[in-house]
Amino acid sequence: MSASDILVLAETVRGNLSGIVSELLGAARSVANATGGQVLAAVLSSDGAPFVAGLQDADRILLVNHPALAEYAPEPFLAALQTMVQTESPRAVLIGNTSIGWDMAPLLAARLKAPLVLGCQELQVEDGRLRATCSLCGGKMLAEVQIEAAPAVVMVLPGSCAPATAAGKAQVQTLSPPASLSADPSGVEFRQWILPPPGDVDITSQDILVAVGRGIQQKENLEPIQQLAELLGGAVCASRPIVDQGWLPTTRQVGKSGMTVKPKLYLALGISGAPEHVEGMSGADLIIAVNTDPKAPIFDVADYGAQMDLMDLVEPLSQAIQTRKK
Amino acid sequence: MKIAVVLRQVPDLIEPLEVDATGKAFDLSSATFVLNESDDHALEQALLLKEAQGGQVSVLALDFGDVDNSLYAAAAKGADQLVKIPWDDPNRSPPPQVAAQMYAELLRTIDPDLVLIGVQAHDELDGVLAPEVAVALSWPYVGVVRGVKAADGSLLVCKEFPGAVMAEFQVRLPAVLGLLGAEQPPRYVPVSRIRSAMKTAQIAEQEVSPPSWTGRVQVARLYPPVPAERAEMLTGSAEEVADRIAALLEEKGLLR
Repeated sequence: MSASDILVLAETVRGNLSGIVSELLGAARSVANATGGQVLAAVLSSDGAPFVAGLQDADRILLVNHPALAEYAPEPFLAALQTMVQTESPRAVLIGNTSIGWDMAPLLAARLKAPLVLGCQELQVEDGRLRATCSLCGGKMLAEVQIEAAPAVVMVLPGSCAPATAAGKAQVQTLSPPASLSADPSGVEFRQWILPPPGDVDITSQDILVAVGRGIQQKENLEPIQQLAELLGGAVCASRPIVDQGWLPTTRQVGKSGMTVKPKLYLALGISGAPEHVEGMSGADLIIAVNTDPKAPIFDVADYGAQMDLMDLVEPLSQAIQTRKK
Repeated sequence: MKIAVVLRQVPDLIEPLEVDATGKAFDLSSATFVLNESDDHALEQALLLKEAQGGQVSVLALDFGDVDNSLYAAAAKGADQLVKIPWDDPNRSPPPQVAAQMYAELLRTIDPDLVLIGVQAHDELDGVLAPEVAVALSWPYVGVVRGVKAADGSLLVCKEFPGAVMAEFQVRLPAVLGLLGAEQPPRYVPVSRIRSAMKTAQIAEQEVSPPSWTGRVQVARLYPPVPAERAEMLTGSAEEVADRIAALLEEKGLLR
């Protein structure tokens, strides 16, 4: 144990390591090089052995195996993680900006009365102190923060850090689960996974996506956009507010809690570009964004942009495409 | 079922965000405030549960921003009790950890079965309100919730995961949930009904002393991002921009 170690929560979902774990290990390695500590990977599961091969970039892999950890539930996972953090006393705990992370990071920080930072895009060590650059207000502001107390709980945005590359020879340790895991079931018990209904368009396999956001303003405006997507031979997808409104199904949602897409063309109409959305589409080959706000973060990831009301553009764009296709 | 909902005011992101002279905090003196979006969903979910099961919905808020309007709108939608906690600083809402202790003190007197709070506010940097409230009350918590149903004295709760996948949990009461989205969009209420609620609904004020607090994180600098590379902007009329985009797509072989 060392107060210079960096602990990564290697979260698993439905039997797979989450994609962000490799990035967390990369960030942890960078910080551990500066603190002189080790990179620790925490696997909380009924059987962590199958995940060891994917965590070889860590120096030590800490497994807590218990039937109560077979599927995610906040309390047993928090109890296991909290016990591990109290035993290992790391300098920082890195947790992904994921569905599980949004439970674990703030609960862990609240229980330990530890510092917490959200939306971390960059983590460094400066004069022995952690310095994090964090995104807030939907990506419209950045905050540089300093954290002296340990352990710091850091929620890292996907896409912010280079994945770990050095394949080491991690030492594997199996830790005793906390006694509370064998007590009565916690207040929140996992029951089942609910998968999306089959039959809708699979937006992850589309070459061309026309994405709509809050700028669409009303459901009726979807129709000409649907026609534009059909004209391009693609499909319509959306940012979360459109799905929250019930205007499109969740299978069309792009972003952190939706799908990750990598089309040849991503035409973003009326989407501001919050980090949660950008996370799901930044890998597109060509991004063209249309938004009335010239400071919209979507223009930071787009190749081409236009500052205008999307509904002013849809009809002339459809006409221009039809003309060139003749 | 007695349900408590917390409503927060956040700066409207449609307006420019200003940083104060210290360079370390927002200047909210001319900000426009709106109801935090996921809190609006928390209220909607509470009203749906009340309509399905009966019960009472209490809405709690700190006196910050345009809070009275949000509280009266909640009453117009069907909330039964409106409680406002006085807060003196119009330029700064309390940190989530402080607000959580204040809400927890009030919640102990209301004694709800369930507390619904939006999973996130966009201006949160070093704390998250909903899990802080859960820890303060020593109640179970699950967040990123999109849908809640009552079931035999407990709840069935859907937590959202990537790929339109949900995990269903059984939650014993009392509990705190962090709502990402309600089962249906927040209901619309016409202004006339909000005005009517302003005449009939009562906002109770409940003093709660904020606990002492020393920040665990020091903000060194707050600033708008300066991207290394921004999009090449297409200018001109809508027709000119449309023709330019169509030409780009043709060049790249994307017109089929």
